[in-house]
Amino acid sequence: MIFKLSEEKELLRKTVRDFAESEIAPKAAEMDEKEEYDMSLWSKMAEMGLTGIPYPDDYEGAGMDSLSYAIAVEEISRVCASSGVLISAHTSLCSWPIYAFGTLEQKKKFLAPLCSGEKIGAMGLTESSAGSDAGSLKTTAAKEENEYVLNGAKIFITNGFMAEINVIFACTDKSKGAKGISAFIVEKGTPGFSFGKKEHKLGIRASSTYELVFENCRIPAENLLGDEGQGFKIVMMTLDGGRIGIASQALGIAQGAYEQALNYSKIREQFGKPISANQGLQWMLADMATQIEAARLLIYQAAYLKDTKQPYSKQAAMAKLFASETAMAVTTKAVQVFGGYGYTREYPVERMMRDAKITEIYEGTSEVMRMVIAANILK
Amino acid sequence: MKIVVCMKQTFDTEAKIAIDANGNINKSGVSLIMNPYDEFAVEEALRIKEKSGGDVTVVSVGGPEVQDALRQALAMGADKAVMVDPGMEEVDEFTTASILAKAISGMEYDIILGGMRAIDDGSAQVAGRVAEILGVPVVNMVVKLEIADGKAVATNEIEGGSQTVEVALPAVFTAQKGLNEPRYPSMKGIMQAKKKPMEKKVLGDLGLDAGQVAAKVKAVSYFLPSARAAGKIVPGEPADAARDLVKALREEAKII
Repeated sequence: MIFKLSEEKELLRKTVRDFAESEIAPKAAEMDEKEEYDMSLWSKMAEMGLTGIPYPDDYEGAGMDSLSYAIAVEEISRVCASSGVLISAHTSLCSWPIYAFGTLEQKKKFLAPLCSGEKIGAMGLTESSAGSDAGSLKTTAAKEENEYVLNGAKIFITNGFMAEINVIFACTDKSKGAKGISAFIVEKGTPGFSFGKKEHKLGIRASSTYELVFENCRIPAENLLGDEGQGFKIVMMTLDGGRIGIASQALGIAQGAYEQALNYSKIREQFGKPISANQGLQWMLADMATQIEAARLLIYQAAYLKDTKQPYSKQAAMAKLFASETAMAVTTKAVQVFGGYGYTREYPVERMMRDAKITEIYEGTSEVMRMVIAANILK
Repeated sequence: MKIVVCMKQTFDTEAKIAIDANGNINKSGVSLIMNPYDEFAVEEALRIKEKSGGDVTVVSVGGPEVQDALRQALAMGADKAVMVDPGMEEVDEFTTASILAKAISGMEYDIILGGMRAIDDGSAQVAGRVAEILGVPVVNMVVKLEIADGKAVATNEIEGGSQTVEVALPAVFTAQKGLNEPRYPSMKGIMQAKKKPMEKKVLGDLGLDAGQVAAKVKAVSYFLPSARAAGKIVPGEPADAARDLVKALREEAKII
């Protein structure tokens, strides 16, 4: 085992960290406050090639691997979790199923503009009555000649409204249950496709979360992704990969909060000495650092397995479970280190603690992660 | 247009400088970066190349760790990197400039760029020395550079203002802050950097021996600035405090 990143990955980390600190960090608090993403940042990320990291050059991607992608999401999320999930949902949830299941034409038409950053991507799975139980979708897609007609609504859609390209899961055959689900590519602006309410959230407030509504929305039959009935398989595989992205986002949030707490503990003086001189606080910092290191290794392991084309579902679930719970624990402690100041918006740990919570919920709750892990170890 | 950039790797601007037990600067665990002024030089080279065609070669003198900064330059878009390991502990500006000039003299060049100074020793000598050895003109502290018809029009900072000069190529230019805003390497650039040539040379490869380039200036000792003493608060009513302050400035600080 060699626990050392290649020189190229070290350069990637340094580059993304420099970019994140100089360009994204100064805007993070304001974007959170306004609940609005600054699109000039998207353009800059696109210019750097951060919008298509793990996809081939043929489709405008950077031609890097999943580990590089994980590192980039971590570094971005270290300063701004909303930017991290923007890249993660775009890359893992929209681009990946098109890359893995799309036809050559679909990849040329949809994957290339996603990777180049010309267009933003989103994925629509969750419905008001189908959350963790992803097989119970009510949105339907009926085939009529050369078209599919979509009806239904999707909620809590990350990158909703911003996204020009959406991968939507709908039922093509109700009698088949999960095997009757199919995946479709739906472009923003298609008649019958509209947006419901914008969610106002606890954290990742600069990330756009919308309801997507389909009312007799007709899409060309060639926008079917994969085969009819393959949707559930596509979504499960997509989420396996997505978990590496969200785990990396959680890791980045934890790393950012830990660094803030570490630095503050050295300069904040009480009782005539820095608070870091107190053993109680030292132990908090030691626990934070240890959890972060463990989360990072789990994530890198999952990414390595994916990159070497080995099964990685269990490791991705473990990484996502552990990293998200680490993010919640570390940010909560970071606020504690800052005391009263940490509870205010003067310091970023308050935002980081709010941002951390969602990582235990989306792209599979911690409970679903435990289900996935248990299913893997008990089979 | 053949463009050569002289680049130095330096301590990170945020690095904490410490002196080790032997009285030398402690280099262990310090993160290293491309000298920020050299980053302006690399960026300018890339802009000239993008406008007028040609290629960009980045040259650096130093040990294996220098490859990180060279790789960054390649990822930004430079075509080729050359590193020369001097294989000696102590180098001065004479050493570095002699090696750089010798390495560059074996290449084709129209434009040589470098930072106006390195942020570590800040001597601002190397690029000028390279120009002198190669027998080409040098324009220092350039904030604007235009290349056309085999000559350059450069605006540079001078005491109390700036001037615009015209100079025949080949010539050396040193970059001052304000010349440009360096780009971040792109993800594709990072991938391409792996495939670009990086020549690793030692003095013998350039026909030099250690004696020819041995440092002429040797550091006798290093010391950190003494810690700043705590400030002094002058108490009392404003009129009394002002009087006491003036007295202290006159008698204790002896500055008025």
